[in-house]
Amino acid sequence: MSKEIEAIKDPGLPAHVHRRSDIDEKYARRAENQVAILFLLSALGTILLIVSYIFIPDDIFVFIPLMGEQNIHQLLLGLGMAIALFCIGAGLIHWAKTLMPDEEVIAERHEFRSNDEDRAAFVKTVKSGAGAAGLGRRPLIKRTLGLALGLSGLTPLLLLRDLGPLPKDELEKTSWKKGTRLVTDPGDRPIKASDLEVGAVAQTLPELPAGEDHRSLNDIAKDAVLLIRLRPEDFNLDDERLSWTHEGIIAFSKICSHMGCAVALYEQQTKHLLCPCHQSTFDVTRAAKVIFGPAARPLPQLAITVDEEGYLIAQAPFNEPVGPSFWERSS
Amino acid sequence: MTARERIAGNVAGYVDDRTGAAKWMKKNLTKVFPDHWSFLLGEICLYSFIILLASGTFLTFWFDPSMKEVVYDGAYEPLKGLEMSAAYASTLDISFEVRGGLLMRQIHHWAALIFMVGIVVHLLRVYFTGAFRKPREFNWIIGVGLLTLGIVEGFLGYSLPDDLLSGTGIRIAEAIIQALPVVGSYLAFFAFGGAFPGDAFIPRIYTVHVLLLPGIFLALITVHLMLVWYQKHTQFPGPGRTEKNVVGYPLMPVYMAKAGGFFFIVFGVTAFLGAVASINPIWLYGPYTPGQISAGSQPDWYMGWLDGLVRMSPPLETHAFGYTISWNILIPGLILPGIMFTLLALYPFIESWATGDKREHHLLDRPRNAPNRTALGAMALTFTIVSLLNGGNDIIATTFDLTINQMMWFSRIGVIVLPPIAFVITKRICLSLQRADRELVLHGRETGRLVRLPHGEFVEVHEPISPEKAWTLTSHEQLAPLELPEFDGAGVRRPGAIKNKIRNRISRANAVAVPKATETERKELEGHH
Repeated sequence: MSKEIEAIKDPGLPAHVHRRSDIDEKYARRAENQVAILFLLSALGTILLIVSYIFIPDDIFVFIPLMGEQNIHQLLLGLGMAIALFCIGAGLIHWAKTLMPDEEVIAERHEFRSNDEDRAAFVKTVKSGAGAAGLGRRPLIKRTLGLALGLSGLTPLLLLRDLGPLPKDELEKTSWKKGTRLVTDPGDRPIKASDLEVGAVAQTLPELPAGEDHRSLNDIAKDAVLLIRLRPEDFNLDDERLSWTHEGIIAFSKICSHMGCAVALYEQQTKHLLCPCHQSTFDVTRAAKVIFGPAARPLPQLAITVDEEGYLIAQAPFNEPVGPSFWERSS
Repeated sequence: MTARERIAGNVAGYVDDRTGAAKWMKKNLTKVFPDHWSFLLGEICLYSFIILLASGTFLTFWFDPSMKEVVYDGAYEPLKGLEMSAAYASTLDISFEVRGGLLMRQIHHWAALIFMVGIVVHLLRVYFTGAFRKPREFNWIIGVGLLTLGIVEGFLGYSLPDDLLSGTGIRIAEAIIQALPVVGSYLAFFAFGGAFPGDAFIPRIYTVHVLLLPGIFLALITVHLMLVWYQKHTQFPGPGRTEKNVVGYPLMPVYMAKAGGFFFIVFGVTAFLGAVASINPIWLYGPYTPGQISAGSQPDWYMGWLDGLVRMSPPLETHAFGYTISWNILIPGLILPGIMFTLLALYPFIESWATGDKREHHLLDRPRNAPNRTALGAMALTFTIVSLLNGGNDIIATTFDLTINQMMWFSRIGVIVLPPIAFVITKRICLSLQRADRELVLHGRETGRLVRLPHGEFVEVHEPISPEKAWTLTSHEQLAPLELPEFDGAGVRRPGAIKNKIRNRISRANAVAVPKATETERKELEGHH
């Protein structure tokens, strides 16, 4: 290099500039008063909290612009707490910033690396320690210890086994059987085809066996079925699927084939079902074929017909598992 | 000696006689901390964690973590007579019958959101300023661990009330577990004690939420802070600040007052939010039942990007030999997040491998002076933000009159196309800012004053910047690219030649920079004027 390049130099820490409160006692006194006022405000906040807790009933609602109906007890309790806490903080910081020393100080850093001697000594200690244990010279101990530790690591896994039963075929089965009546949810009333107008949707469940009056959420999680009535000519189904409908009424599992949310949004105009969780969209006229979104399979269709009294019943159980996919699912 | 000083001396003596702490205390009470607003971000996390412990303990006194079905007979009229879990009923009781209960619930939930925002913004600060470099890699990894656990802890927390919204979230979590190849349905049955939803899940996650995870948090936070203390805080470059010193204020009394005060401010702001801003009004959602749902189901924000990835996934599933693999769940729900968190945790090592820089760093980088790192960060952020937006695609679509399809296609394409664009743009902005710094140092600040020279030319008067500012803008070092030889002296290909080639290329890209201004150039320019 012909010419030495000179870098810009560090001018060093700038000289300390005194605050007004450092030089003029008047300003210092003023800052002191400000801090005291903040602490007093905090005390008032706590008093507000105490008063609201004891004296303000918790069932008064008042309309406050931008916030809507507010429970006054709750609101004042919270505001009292907020004022009490915030003002302590503000006071402390104002005190630190105006009255405590503000001269920057310099502390030295030290390299973390130990000196070579210490490091060598450390390595030697480890080596001699390991040598004294003699693990390298006694492979039998090493191997049996490894075996014992490895096996004992299985214990917690084993003990967790009873967290739950094995799935068996529970993911594949629902309560729907041949001849099960569809009943309204809520209400548990059986449904006739004439109860549904064209364009109507109904949430249904299988009728409870005689003598039972309680449904478990586990059952609802698999049994929920949506009924939708279209004009029969709107369907675009093969003959088998068409035979699963009744007078334009088609039944699908309400449990999304993607991640199991309830597919609850029905768009009458387009005849689409939409899952509000991840927006998978199913075309009702084409046996709930997925037309948009992340779901990979149509909603399972329940074959329905009517019994001799004219109530809607299942022709057969679902012919595939309902709900999200799982490893053992065959289709 | 005043009486007060004597008492203080006696107390200190009493403690020192029994612990020998005087030497350690003397050194540490005057420990120096550098001052910068962005160093408060981590403090926000710490304080909201303390608020979470306090408000959470309050809530446990009334919350009944049980899925036993009860008929509600409490103060909230619209739900009277409805069947619901004891967990949901007791959450209603906390909200309507325990004085201050709703406030505490809202403080707890707001504190959780602030905790997570704090972690993410703190992480961004540490990333973009290069504070994760040697010797702070451990603390970076602990931080990534805290972020991950925070997401889990938050999810479990808002799942506990067993309302319709959070129950739907649990259903989705169950579907993710169930989607795991081979073991999925077994794990789901173990986690839920049988089929979904069962009656075991809420009590189980309650133990995890109030005991197991807070314990791990406490341990990790302690180590995180001890390392900050022991390694001393990083500082921004500036006059008088070097790799060998820390410039700032002593712990006692300035930082004690400031940090203590800041705790009260964070608590006060959280209480204010809890008082005026309704959050998670579970009584409006109703109790969970698997057959129902409400439109616009959204997770809390820190889960939103995961949900957004799941939403934008194409409908891919493999069915073969009687088994099913749900790529539409596995890729967005497990594989992509797994890759992202792994890369995040390993980033310090990746960067030091690429630059070959194994030295200690205590002076922070200004983001513009590390254009590649900054651009990579912008790229990752863009990916996450597009995902997060897609997590609210239904709300955005209804708010802005778009179709859900437009939103979804925007995200599907955007999540792939926008991050690289963000990289290129950010890198260019960084280099432009370097150029602007150089201009500023060499030619000074534009004053806006125009002067007409005798021969009629107009020039703008520039004012030289202070030596302090000039130093701040030029004190960073500009590394030369690695040049790892491909062949050794005898012309034989060295082992790892391909790896070296990759390192050389990354390192060359890393070294792209606008040469910083030097004193020599400044003097030359002065000569011209």
